[in-house]
Amino acid sequence: MMKTFTKIKGALIIGITGLSVMVILGIIAIILVVVIIGGKSQFSWEFLTSFPQDGMTKGGIFPAIYGTVLLVLIMSVAAVPFGTITALYLTEYAKENSWIAKTIRFAIRTLAVVPSIIFGLFGLGFFIKFVGAGMDNAFLGGRLVWGQPNILWASLTMSLLTLPVVIVSVEESMKTVPRELREASLALGATKWQTIRKVVLPGSVSGILTGSILAVGRGAGEVAPLLFTGAAYYLATLPSTLHDQFMVLGYHIYIMSTQSANVDQTLPIQFATTLVLLLLTFILNLIGVVLRSQIRRKQK
Amino acid sequence: MAENTRFTAESLKKKFRLSEFLAEKFITGIAFLSITIIVLIFVFVFREAIPLFRTGKAKEVAVKEQVTKINEGLKPESYGDTVNQASPVVVTNKPAPQAYDEDVIRQVENKKALKTLNTATWQPVSDNPRYGLWSLFFGTLKVTLIAILIAAPLGILAALFTSAFAPTWLREILKPAIELLAGFPSVVIGFFALMVMASFFQDLFGYASRLNAFVGGVAMSLAAIPIIYTITEDALSSVPATYKEASLALGANHWQTAFFVTLPAATPGIFASILLGTGRVFGETMIALMATGNAALLSANPFESVRTLAATIGAEMAEVVYGDTHYSVLFLIGALLFIFSFGMNALAEFYIKGRLMKRFMGR
Repeated sequence: MMKTFTKIKGALIIGITGLSVMVILGIIAIILVVVIIGGKSQFSWEFLTSFPQDGMTKGGIFPAIYGTVLLVLIMSVAAVPFGTITALYLTEYAKENSWIAKTIRFAIRTLAVVPSIIFGLFGLGFFIKFVGAGMDNAFLGGRLVWGQPNILWASLTMSLLTLPVVIVSVEESMKTVPRELREASLALGATKWQTIRKVVLPGSVSGILTGSILAVGRGAGEVAPLLFTGAAYYLATLPSTLHDQFMVLGYHIYIMSTQSANVDQTLPIQFATTLVLLLLTFILNLIGVVLRSQIRRKQK
Repeated sequence: MAENTRFTAESLKKKFRLSEFLAEKFITGIAFLSITIIVLIFVFVFREAIPLFRTGKAKEVAVKEQVTKINEGLKPESYGDTVNQASPVVVTNKPAPQAYDEDVIRQVENKKALKTLNTATWQPVSDNPRYGLWSLFFGTLKVTLIAILIAAPLGILAALFTSAFAPTWLREILKPAIELLAGFPSVVIGFFALMVMASFFQDLFGYASRLNAFVGGVAMSLAAIPIIYTITEDALSSVPATYKEASLALGANHWQTAFFVTLPAATPGIFASILLGTGRVFGETMIALMATGNAALLSANPFESVRTLAATIGAEMAEVVYGDTHYSVLFLIGALLFIFSFGMNALAEFYIKGRLMKRFMGR
């Protein structure tokens, strides 16, 4: 009697936990399916490569794709080297339990949990109002060029947001470079810096790649930091200089679905834009996750 | 030859190489960047909020205005030149209202704004602007509560299944699959909530306002689930195998071990996951902007529209005049959000992880 009762309870617990997993996977599947079905009809090569027309009620989303790509490129140029070097310091130079290493790690984890809107505020307060306006006053005699929202400040803001992603991935892969390789290099007379350049860095290329891909996936989808650092509602031309504003996929979705006058009419475009963004981030994350699980397997 | 093999203190000393020295200093310098950024965020978010508290001149103005009023009040009672002669200083000092410079006007506005912070009415754009934070704060709290009430059980139970009951091959698939949800941009979740979930729930429950705290909370739980799941799963799988073996050896079966030994042992980690999930939801902007309705109402009803703190910044910052009172109030909200998430992270980091380590290391 007692035994069957225990068995029933066990089945119930395994059932409930299993159900939770199913619910979560179900939600992921539903979102994917709904967005794919909703965006399928509008999704085409032409949609990807043409400009919006008739007050954004027709046409494609090319400027938004272009802006997103430009944004993540500039962001990566800033975030990947700095992230890699920070990871180098943490694995090669810092002593594991020194307060400096601990503080840096704490700072990185804090960066990872600060709400993205705060990065937007920081971008506005620091990059635009302080650095940008300062540059204008110092070099351009107060002419307003850099002291307003633009793609450079937006990208740099985004790079701060994605810095922890890069650092964590790179550090993880640097730890998989066997200690023996480093020791062999040092024993052959190489200096520390030579060892890092010739042994550690080549051994962690996959980690740097993974970090960059995950960072790009994150950066492509974030909108909150761009709300007031450079994203534009509609632009007739593509950004050509670093101090131009730009269109971006996520902001385009937000604007089209909440601020535009004819939400119902543009619904297919909205779904198709969401599909493009979701596919982009989904594929990037998938590649990143697969690469990372390979690195983790090497670790074991 | 003999000289070469003799080691002296001098020959064992590390040779100074400029490139090595520079490389180390450069790398160390860059590594400090992350600390610098945190400090800079602190400084610059506060820097833009601080002008709000400059109200010194407002007092002078208030005194002057009072004096003016008194003077004006005196006028009808005055007879001829006698009063003017009695108080000539005051009268000549009487400032014309348009004579105040911008700075003074701002400080008067600041003073009014500071007085209204502790109320429940958020009306920043009106003739008599009110910046009551309480409705925003309770709105955020309401959404966060709904989101965590959904995300915590789902995330924790799913993590328990993954770490305790799933066979290895399934675990290898489940973990990355659920982590993919973390890769969904919040604007996509917001869009899904706005277009699909809102209508679905309205049909289901039949409430009046289509976008409300409940829809926003459910949508935000999707953002919190992967965080809670991942950290809980890590905590569960870091429980030492000896715990489980001891439990199994004492005759407990598989699920009893998982539920009564592994899960309690990982509680600090689970708390940490809930804290970090809360921090994520508290500062979530895009989902809040798109799915909560954005009306600053103070009510306990989960089916009413709310406006969260983060959404307020997101919606209004692009439209304010740089440097005015409204701008500073928005930065003040940002500073509060930053302190909150910083505190949450510090708590999760030091207090809870410390306890977890202590427990597993055998005190």
